[in-house]
Amino acid sequence: MANVTLRNVRKTYPGGVEAIKGITFDVPDGQFCVLVGPSGCGKSTLLRMVAGLETVTSGEIDIGGRVVNQVEPADRDIAMVFQNYALYPHMSVYNNMAYGLRNRGMAKPEIDKRVREAAQILEIGPMLERKPRQLSGGQRQRVAMGRAIVRQPKVFLFDEPLSNLDAKLRIAMRVEIRKLQRRLNTTSIYVTHDQLEAMTLADILVVMNGGVVEQIGNPLDIYQKPATTFVASFIGAPPMNLTPLRGDEAGIRFTSGGSVPAGTILGVRPEDLTVSTGDAPEGGVSYDLIVEAIERVGAETFVYGSRSGAKEAAAVSAKPGELPPGEIIVRIPGQAAPAIGAAIRAVAPRDKLHLFAADGRSRIDL
Amino acid sequence: MVEREGIRRYVAHVILWVGIAVVAFPVYLAFVASTQDNAVIANGQMSLLPGSHFLETYYRTIFVGTSGTTREPVGMMLFNSLIMAMSIALGKIFISILSAYAIVFFRFPFRMTVFWIIFITLMLPVEVRIYPTYKIAADLNLLDSYSGLALPLIASATATLLFRQFFMTVPDELLEASRIDGAGPFRFFKDTLLPLSRTNMAALFVILFIYGWNQYLWPLLITTRDDMQTIQVGIRKMIVTSDALTEWPIVMATAILAMLPPVFVVIVMQKLFVRGLVETEK
Repeated sequence: MANVTLRNVRKTYPGGVEAIKGITFDVPDGQFCVLVGPSGCGKSTLLRMVAGLETVTSGEIDIGGRVVNQVEPADRDIAMVFQNYALYPHMSVYNNMAYGLRNRGMAKPEIDKRVREAAQILEIGPMLERKPRQLSGGQRQRVAMGRAIVRQPKVFLFDEPLSNLDAKLRIAMRVEIRKLQRRLNTTSIYVTHDQLEAMTLADILVVMNGGVVEQIGNPLDIYQKPATTFVASFIGAPPMNLTPLRGDEAGIRFTSGGSVPAGTILGVRPEDLTVSTGDAPEGGVSYDLIVEAIERVGAETFVYGSRSGAKEAAAVSAKPGELPPGEIIVRIPGQAAPAIGAAIRAVAPRDKLHLFAADGRSRIDL
Repeated sequence: MVEREGIRRYVAHVILWVGIAVVAFPVYLAFVASTQDNAVIANGQMSLLPGSHFLETYYRTIFVGTSGTTREPVGMMLFNSLIMAMSIALGKIFISILSAYAIVFFRFPFRMTVFWIIFITLMLPVEVRIYPTYKIAADLNLLDSYSGLALPLIASATATLLFRQFFMTVPDELLEASRIDGAGPFRFFKDTLLPLSRTNMAALFVILFIYGWNQYLWPLLITTRDDMQTIQVGIRKMIVTSDALTEWPIVMATAILAMLPPVFVVIVMQKLFVRGLVETEK
């Protein structure tokens, strides 16, 4: 049981590349923290620094009130689950789990008790004598988890543990990881690039981009009030519709009292837009769209439209993860959808609008 | 595999049998000669069926030796060869696995320089540097000793390169998992790397044992005493070039005996060797 605190942590590689540019956050005892971000954002590096597998260039990493910058991974009282599981191929499942305990000189009966307990929790009891190569992906994943929990560490570290599993198994294991963490009540840090995994697992969500933290907080708070345009487009699928406003946007109309300062970026989530024939409610916004594509996923349908007359505005280039300028996604329930080429109007009420400064780095509260 | 029909299948079999005969007949002939009386062979009237002197000849070969040139029994030569081949095979594996471990898993100054220096020695086999190597061995009082036979041949880069290539395929996460599990460098080597290299070591052992067993030039130079002779050198010395009579049955028996240990090693290690090629566990 411990909290993990990072104080202005930086990592510069010998070549001069700065991977982590000063990160500060705190994971309270027993909480599940998820680091999420696109590949190359430094989230895995940060996790490996907490594990002690990468050196810390400057700043402090504190586990349970002890600064561990110079402490060997084995002595940090952490356990890590790797993306490719990193099971010892020549050892049985039992020995894979017992190895770390033996190295610590734990008594045999205690090792046996812990391994069997973990095997029971993870339902891998019948496989204890098998070698990793005789197991399926999901079973290997469980063994990797077992190896972590027998240690009874202060902190669990997960490095994209589910990305090698197929979609169904991933969802099942996601729920199991969450249950297990609640049951053991162990502080955990989990790295993923999958925003859905991040949203569903996290007590604390840390959204990272380019070696810096974009936003930290409760996942729903982040979803409802993204602090930057990066977070707005990264969290939530499909991404938020972001439109830079220059005062002369075609196809966007605010109803009375709804005007916003020019030079800002307007954001609306696809699920907050509704197809309507009338005007938006007081203070809201309406988009006049030409339907370009339809995606039906069963329970809902995504309508991709381009703003009427917005073609010439396409000079504003899209940042990675954002929609092309002029394109708006509308999520409508059910399977009924307008025809391709049809002109529709999508409206959103004022309380569903997000507004960001022109550089996208800060949120303007309406 | 493609099933072949009718005549093509017979042709394939005939070719294989001819191949076997070409390889096996000289060996058979050597064996037959080793069981005949020397006088019969000297007359050029050797039969193609085994003679009646099997036990007598092999007893004399192993425990007594020829009465003429080398009076050492072949048993002693076999023993010398065995010591030499085993020292070379095991010594090389031991040294190269450690050096490859250092080169792949440790960061130290001039790591790549060290690697290239080891690599370059590939271009300098014993035959090329035979004079300096002999000089060093002589200065270190290694003449007529087992260390002298084995040490200069242990120092070479092939095995180091092989282990380096293998170690580089070991995923980093395995090392990291070991570090988190509290295994230091030595434990990681002993508990993870060695078991994973088992099949590589077996394959290398087969190759190196045969390499060591078949050495001729170096043992010829470094040993002068008869009781330090290896079997490959011994066979040659048994053949008399002057007008004395070569004891062909004993020469042939020695040749057969010289062949057996490598064959034995290959047969014993083959299973492990093949399993190493089939199994990919990492």
